[in-house]
Amino acid sequence: MKVEPTRRQVMGAALAGSGAALLPGCTGTSFPGELGGADWQRGHLIREGRFPAATGPVEDVGVLIAGGGIAGLSTGWRLAEAGFADFALCELEDSPGGNARSGRNAVSAYPLGAHYLPVPNREARALRHMLRQFGMIMGEEQGAPVYDPLQLCADLEERLLWRGKWQEGLYPASALTPEDHTQRSRFDAAMAKFRSATGSDGKPAFAVPMALSSEDPQYRALDKQSFANWLDAQGYSSQPLRAYLRYSVRDDYGTEPERVSAWAGIHYFAGRRGWAARGDGDRELTWPEGNGRLAALLANRLSGHVRLAQSVVRVVREGGKVLADVFDHRQQQTRRIRARAAVLAMPHFVAARVAPDFAAKDGFAYAPWVVANVTVSRPPAGKGTPLAWDNVSAASESLGYVVATHQTSSAGSGPTVLTWYLPLSRETPAEARKILMTRTLATWQEIISDDLLAMNPDLAGAIERIDVWRWGHAMASPVPGFLDDPARDAAARGKPPVWFAHSDISGLSLFEEAHYRGVLAAEGVLAHLAHPFESLV
Amino acid sequence: MDDMPEAATAGGGDAAPASLAVILLASVLVVATCGLIYELLAGTLASYLLGDSVTQFSTVIGTYLFAMGVGSWLSRHVRSGEMAVFVRVEILIAALGGWSAAGLFLLFPLVGDFRVVLYALVMAIGVLVGLEIPLLIRILRHRFAFRELVSNVLTYDYVGALIASLLFPLVLVPQLGMIRTGFVFGLANVGVAIALLVALRRQERIGRDMTAALIVTTSLLAGLFFADRLQRMSEVAFYNEPVVYARSTPYQRIVITRRDGDLRLYLNGNLQFSTRDEYRYHEALVWPVLGRVAQPRQVLILGGGDGLAAREVLRDARVGHVTLVDLDPEMARLFRDTPQLAQLNSQALASPRLTMVNADAFRWVRAEQRRFDAIIVDFPDPTEFSLGKLYTESFYREVARLLAPQGVMTVQSTSPLIAPRSYWTVASTLEAAGLTARGYHAYVPSFGEWGFTMAAHQPLGDVVRLPPHLRFLDAAAERAMFDFPPDMARRPTPVNRLDNQALVRSFAEEWGRYEG
Repeated sequence: MKVEPTRRQVMGAALAGSGAALLPGCTGTSFPGELGGADWQRGHLIREGRFPAATGPVEDVGVLIAGGGIAGLSTGWRLAEAGFADFALCELEDSPGGNARSGRNAVSAYPLGAHYLPVPNREARALRHMLRQFGMIMGEEQGAPVYDPLQLCADLEERLLWRGKWQEGLYPASALTPEDHTQRSRFDAAMAKFRSATGSDGKPAFAVPMALSSEDPQYRALDKQSFANWLDAQGYSSQPLRAYLRYSVRDDYGTEPERVSAWAGIHYFAGRRGWAARGDGDRELTWPEGNGRLAALLANRLSGHVRLAQSVVRVVREGGKVLADVFDHRQQQTRRIRARAAVLAMPHFVAARVAPDFAAKDGFAYAPWVVANVTVSRPPAGKGTPLAWDNVSAASESLGYVVATHQTSSAGSGPTVLTWYLPLSRETPAEARKILMTRTLATWQEIISDDLLAMNPDLAGAIERIDVWRWGHAMASPVPGFLDDPARDAAARGKPPVWFAHSDISGLSLFEEAHYRGVLAAEGVLAHLAHPFESLV
Repeated sequence: MDDMPEAATAGGGDAAPASLAVILLASVLVVATCGLIYELLAGTLASYLLGDSVTQFSTVIGTYLFAMGVGSWLSRHVRSGEMAVFVRVEILIAALGGWSAAGLFLLFPLVGDFRVVLYALVMAIGVLVGLEIPLLIRILRHRFAFRELVSNVLTYDYVGALIASLLFPLVLVPQLGMIRTGFVFGLANVGVAIALLVALRRQERIGRDMTAALIVTTSLLAGLFFADRLQRMSEVAFYNEPVVYARSTPYQRIVITRRDGDLRLYLNGNLQFSTRDEYRYHEALVWPVLGRVAQPRQVLILGGGDGLAAREVLRDARVGHVTLVDLDPEMARLFRDTPQLAQLNSQALASPRLTMVNADAFRWVRAEQRRFDAIIVDFPDPTEFSLGKLYTESFYREVARLLAPQGVMTVQSTSPLIAPRSYWTVASTLEAAGLTARGYHAYVPSFGEWGFTMAAHQPLGDVVRLPPHLRFLDAAAERAMFDFPPDMARRPTPVNRLDNQALVRSFAEEWGRYEG
């Protein structure tokens, strides 16, 4: 319904964009800004094997962590928690954090990717331990954790532009048929049932971390079909409901309901049973820089261990140990590290190239995303409900924008930064990545400003700069059948002395999953090295 | 004079002699009235929007008369077709004059230099009005002897002026308001044009002019119909008093109005103070707090960039230093550097005993480490979610951290009469933040019954030491502020938290009900 105009806009913008490329400075539509993204030149170096042979002496370390995203940082954090200090973490990029990286300008810090963490479930023990350490959990009331109110997302959380007017919440509240209402209630009831369901093995049907979910076949069977098929079969045909569900799975998985496992689709609604005092269980922790806050706090605890601009390009077995070639992008040199154990905390498609002896060639599909940070001289307004943290338009292909200063400011005016999200879920991932690599900054800026101005015409003249960040492999998609993917299974077990840690292994690109996989791998390594510890999982 | 005969036929003046002559003489009366009305509208608007009515009236009238002279002079270049030109002039005046009041009100907040727009419009209307009488005289010259003609035209012209000058202040402004007055007289102008076009329909091709006249009529009728809405859209018409200063900063819209020595400050359209009674508000805000602190050396004021609370605080010789945190540097500049305004706060903002910090208080309190003996919290009402954050438990916890163990703080807390639930939410929230709280209220005529909430780490007693010679408060008046009659009495309320913004929601509901 709303796809075609957006496509036309994109086409029109693409044409205008090519004109802009020919005549720099001659269009009135381009803004200051930078085009950034995961460094695929560095990434492709690995794919193409273009790096020099290792030179110099071999360095011995206890544990090598390859990858400085949340999984790698969590691995290091877990080792440090156990008092194990002999490890090195190599990260290909110039800053750690992976999807949780952030940027900053004179107006505010802002996320480049992941931007919030829901209050964790009771089963997420390791994560809660970390949040206590970071002061996000301040104490306990009646046995339940108390979260810092300043770090929980402040009211107003969400608003939706629906039929020309902003309303509170993300599900349309007006112009609904009785059938829309009936189906919505039926869907909510079905999800509530899944949320409280326990499998035949006594585990929750849907858990976060997902590895703690029940193995009961009646729930696992949901993974055989797509979420869209399951919704059809259940008779969920209401347009507003389906649009809302599409928004939801694109938001968490970057993929269309047709390409998402029904198990994952339901997990989005049924997996969260946040555990907190003061009724805060259904809330989120968020910061101006998004999950960059968590990445920075993790990285701070590992200072001295983290080596930036260093790609682990090859990992092989040497007796009971691991030999790794590490390419230093600044020195343009390859050095060799010998480790007693290694944790490959990288996307699985990279791990399969770096360590073919250990990692199965993957069947993982990755969703590409674009995230833009738009600096505006005044906050957006609009008819109806005032500005919220998360602002979504029912008529847009984008996922809308979040307001970076929502948590910190009481100004209600003045400049701010809006973080705009678009998963390229309509195209196949390969097509989408081609778009990412070829589309110019001016084209993106035009698409983004058109989309923002369609949502908020009041922003006309207020946009000061648009920085665009491209994620070629933002997240592994939980496609139908992902639960039984043998590659996922093998990666979850690891092959001592090599372990894998990444949210890819969970199939769900969530902070909780990356953290859990990191902790799990670290504890596997600690046990392997006979280092004493008390398990957090 | 030599081109007169030729022009006479072209004007079509010979047709339907009787009715046309009546219409034309009547139109002298109408155009004279309309012309003076537009002049009065411009003058009134200018003194209303720019202040200094003597200057504004004088310059507007001068400009207008001069422009009429220009119009009269230009009439010599109309060599033929006076009637057609006159009709078009009427349509143009109707459009410009009819929309002048609404247009000036709407443009005032939008344009950089309002005077340029104002005088351009006065010039344009003046030139057109200046064309009217010479053209009419030429059109009518064959119907009357010259002696009669001049007498008739000028008589109706001056009678029209009298009608306008009496109607304007006595009937039009009080009954219709300026925006509607403009539209009504625009309709009179275009009515003359339409009447003439109808009378001339046999001889002239009137299609295009009639279309234009009907379009203008429609727009004026629409304007008249939606005058209330235009009034609301137009910021300055929203205020009841003449606006003497208006400026948008990145944070807010600052408007200052003045009538008869009563100066008022509005932020985003909300009244902050009136000089007539602000002493009541600020004495009630400050002295119950200072009077309960043994040694108020360090005082913190959050909000209150107008410096009026600071003025009260600095009157207390025991106060060593005041830290004033306000978001908007423009407020500080305005109330420190404008002599008339700085006089209101007794130059408090320039005092060496005061440090001004321009920061978002929500962030500032979290970073601050000093302790204060007295804290005055004087934020705008919680009309929006962003302001609501400054009334939350989380915020008060931070403020409590800055309050010395024996210190006392107070919070302006909206009206306990109009919004009792909102008012008592502040007390509940301060208590949830670990403080003891006590409500009190004062009558401030321009606000109505107004509430404050005092809070401290210790229980708050009745013993208060007030300086002599306060205008509003003595010991008895102070004690009386703590009594709440049943309609304002304490009631159970939720705690205002960042995640529920209970106060913003109840405030909108209670004030919404009150304001209808």
